Amino acid sequence: MTWSEMQPLLSQACSETFDMVLWSTLIAVVVGLPLGLLLVLTDRGGLLQNVVANKVIGQIVNVGRSLPFIILMVALMSFTRWVTGTTIGTAAAVVPLAIGGIPFFARLVETAVREVDGGLVEAVQSMGGNTWTIVRKVLVPESLPSLIASTTTTVIALIGYSAMAGTVGGGGLGDLAVRYGYQRFETELMWITVAILAVVISLIQFAGDFAARALHRRGGRSGPAPRLRFLKAAEPDPAEAGKAA
Amino acid sequence: MITTSGLTKVYRSRGREVTALDGVDLHVREGEVYGVIGQSGAGKSSLIRCVNLLERPTSGTVTVAGQDLTALAGRGPRAGKELRQARSRIGMVFQHFNLLSSRTVQDNVELPLEILGVSGKERSRKALALLDLVGLADKAKSYPAQLSGGQKQRVGIARALAGDPKVLLSDEATSALDPETTRSILQLLRDLNQQLGLTVLLITHEMDVVKSVCDSAALMEKGRIVESGTVSELLATPGSELAAALFPLSGERTGAERTVVDVTFHGEAATRPVISQLSRTYNIDISILGAAIDTVGGLQIGRMRIELPGRYEDNVVPIGFLREQGLQIDVVGQEAVLVKEGAK
Repeated sequence: MTWSEMQPLLSQACSETFDMVLWSTLIAVVVGLPLGLLLVLTDRGGLLQNVVANKVIGQIVNVGRSLPFIILMVALMSFTRWVTGTTIGTAAAVVPLAIGGIPFFARLVETAVREVDGGLVEAVQSMGGNTWTIVRKVLVPESLPSLIASTTTTVIALIGYSAMAGTVGGGGLGDLAVRYGYQRFETELMWITVAILAVVISLIQFAGDFAARALHRRGGRSGPAPRLRFLKAAEPDPAEAGKAA
Repeated sequence: MITTSGLTKVYRSRGREVTALDGVDLHVREGEVYGVIGQSGAGKSSLIRCVNLLERPTSGTVTVAGQDLTALAGRGPRAGKELRQARSRIGMVFQHFNLLSSRTVQDNVELPLEILGVSGKERSRKALALLDLVGLADKAKSYPAQLSGGQKQRVGIARALAGDPKVLLSDEATSALDPETTRSILQLLRDLNQQLGLTVLLITHEMDVVKSVCDSAALMEKGRIVESGTVSELLATPGSELAAALFPLSGERTGAERTVVDVTFHGEAATRPVISQLSRTYNIDISILGAAIDTVGGLQIGRMRIELPGRYEDNVVPIGFLREQGLQIDVVGQEAVLVKEGAK
């Protein structure tokens, strides 16, 4: 197989993967963020303590997390048809990807939000803030670096899941590697897709880490990022600022 | 300004009950600095959290500035609109500052104003004015992590003042600070109390805090207030633990034929030089074994342990002289002797 033969296949697969991951991540974040917040808020001692709701949401999330993605995809077929009108193709693959991504992201959000110091919540309560204010002004902004790291993890997981989207004709890089590389012994093409995936995932991780650290730095906490220190040279060192005062 | 009556807080977890507050009656007058002191676990934190209802009291009432907060609370665990409005008029500062690390110093001070719905321009004007008041005008654009502990607490105080409160609650505000910084923060609280007429309720486990800023104090033990009053009232109370802790006396009798007397100074009597008068009038040598005296509001208050030559019987007249001066006199060891004689 020559490069000119491979090139259109690769570019189509890339755009399919991009579409699937972009839309499913968006849905996973939009639905998973409130779900994760609810897991924290409804928990015992939480601001909206509701043990029943907490158990129900927790169970739904657990079931969603425990199903292997390929099974989820098959199990959701009728739902997918109801949403998109079809069970095959890229759009159809977005539905199970999003459904798989929601509980995954929700658990990560839960962990991130639990890390927020309860004293901050108390402080805002003492100012007369309501629960919505606390969510908007404390829980989300204070956990933002972790939420960004969680989004990065979710994107990468969804890229992994999307490789199975070939099963429902969703296409994408993973599907290309299986069909050409494994079934047609086009080893070269397989390695190219693997290389592309590796580069893409590294770039996403780098971008995510960079964004999370930038936010951390804003807070003055020095993240464990010696290799990024050169970007920080223009900022005053917080340790020195403290000394001067 | 702050009144609690019959305040009880019982925590229930897994069938066990812990009584954190056991019928607390507290009365803080307008414009005073009131200190509640006690060891950890005495219920101080629960008490201060019950004042703005961050903790719901199990029973009893809390009235702040004439408003019965317990009546506003409603039944559910969530704070209704009226309670939230009442809270916004009560400032609170915390031991661990509780500043949002994602916001600049100025934005932290603006947060209560955002909650009150103040417009952007007015918010920044007020935040900068408050930062100026606490001496941090130059740190407006810094992040909390770039500040020292004392600076963070100043931001916390500026933030607590943003809603123009009449009452400031201070939850161990200086316990995470070194002694030097503690003094400067206490001085700031004192200044704010005097400049703004702010009523301050503070809880602490450090006697020095009470000693340096409080007009009144209460001692808490096992969820109850065991002693309370103004500092001079406490001093006037024989056997007051708080007075003993605020003005500790030590010093042992140096010989058998000597009398040890504790003299408590408070009120007008404290302004007169009684010890030298006593020495001159009766021509006796007085040794001072120990003294703990402070000037509060221009009056000397405190206690002094002095030793007079001769046994108690020989010193009845000089001791009577001291009593006539309006001083409170406790003869050390004498009670035990009297009890023994009574037994005979």
